[in-house]
Amino acid sequence: MKPAAFTYHAPTTVDETVALLAQYAPEDGRILAGGQSLVPTMAFRLAKPPHLIDINNVEGLDAISTAGDVIAIGARVRHAAFHEQVCACPTGALLTKVVAKIAHLPIRLRGTFCGSVAHADPASEWCAVAATMDATMVAKSSGGERLIPAADYFEGVMSTALAEDELLAEVRIPKLPMDAKVGFQEFSRRAGDFAIAMAVVCYREVDGRIADARVGLGGAEDRPRRITEAEAALNGQAAGPAAFDAAADAASRAVDPMEDAQNTADYRRDLVRAMVRRALDDAAKG
Amino acid sequence: MADKVEISLNINGRDYSATVEPRKTLADVIRDDCHQTGTHLGCEHGVCGACTVLIDGEPVRSCLMFGIQAQGKKIRTVEGLADGDRLHPLQQAFTDNHALQCGYCTPGFLMLATGVLEANPDIGDEELNDALASNLCRCTGYQNIIKAVREARDKMKSA
Repeated sequence: MKPAAFTYHAPTTVDETVALLAQYAPEDGRILAGGQSLVPTMAFRLAKPPHLIDINNVEGLDAISTAGDVIAIGARVRHAAFHEQVCACPTGALLTKVVAKIAHLPIRLRGTFCGSVAHADPASEWCAVAATMDATMVAKSSGGERLIPAADYFEGVMSTALAEDELLAEVRIPKLPMDAKVGFQEFSRRAGDFAIAMAVVCYREVDGRIADARVGLGGAEDRPRRITEAEAALNGQAAGPAAFDAAADAASRAVDPMEDAQNTADYRRDLVRAMVRRALDDAAKG
Repeated sequence: MADKVEISLNINGRDYSATVEPRKTLADVIRDDCHQTGTHLGCEHGVCGACTVLIDGEPVRSCLMFGIQAQGKKIRTVEGLADGDRLHPLQQAFTDNHALQCGYCTPGFLMLATGVLEANPDIGDEELNDALASNLCRCTGYQNIIKAVREARDKMKSA
């Protein structure tokens, strides 16, 4: 339960950070942000990075910017930053709904939004939000910067399009229009535990009909994604039990659930139906 | 083995220096090098909360930070709660409400509750339950822990 030895680096600028990454990533050097996932992995010796590059002293990474049409979240923004709504838009409200379900308070005070998105645990709430809202990941390396859309970013269990020498410097989440309704639900057996399934939803109502519906799942498959079949079941329909049931059924049919020792695929499929249905109810009640 | 580095930690207002490997967790540095053994280690991977300490006022798992990262921070541990022979209101409430049996989780719960009540003295029962769900007690003393923290909250407010 003691991590393997490593050399500790504490850069103070992004340039220095990406230079260190370029140097040490080929030998499995890693970024240390909040450490709430990496350090347990190291304690179990599942990860034995010989170099850790601690970004806790790097200036300019702890900002949330809400100017323009995105919420831009820097690499060291802690989960707890979203306890208060960071933006009056529905996206800000969604982030505040979601953060309450992330682990426990001490974890939220230390763990980071971008760290969670870089780690890409299938049960990560922020990953589900990023996928559902089509966030853009800003990857920085010594070679420069590139933008990765969410649809191309999540590749599997703890696997992303980030190259080993890239720092996830920022995640940009588009702001939803002010009339959008947002909902979130997840199920876990104990408070704060990893969710077995979760649903992130949003929609608008235009002339009494649902428009611009988004339905995203986390925890159920090996990566979070939008479920277009469920969105199609919502768009054009009147918001209410009939459309919500249809979307929940569509999601449960479309999903290809993971199985593990505690949870069969069928159980997860049922949970997906329940989570989508409840998330839509959550959205409808505003 | 990576080289040891000299670090300085401020715990309960006192400075300690230690020569440690970077891989040594803050919890281990507090216990082994600073000899403040009130902070307990349960799971060593961030699940149980027994090692909770306050870093600049915020409750964090000291097994999920490295000692080297805590330099320049104000660390508070259970040893810093009492004022001489006078127990902190939370400690008194734990005693009065039989909020501990074996006592192993108690320092973690005390530091968690201290951080929570200092940040939010008016915290409601629901929110308090949610915060206290962060830590584990294997003696299943949760009801009395909740009772104790609520009582301390009410007493600290009227004090």
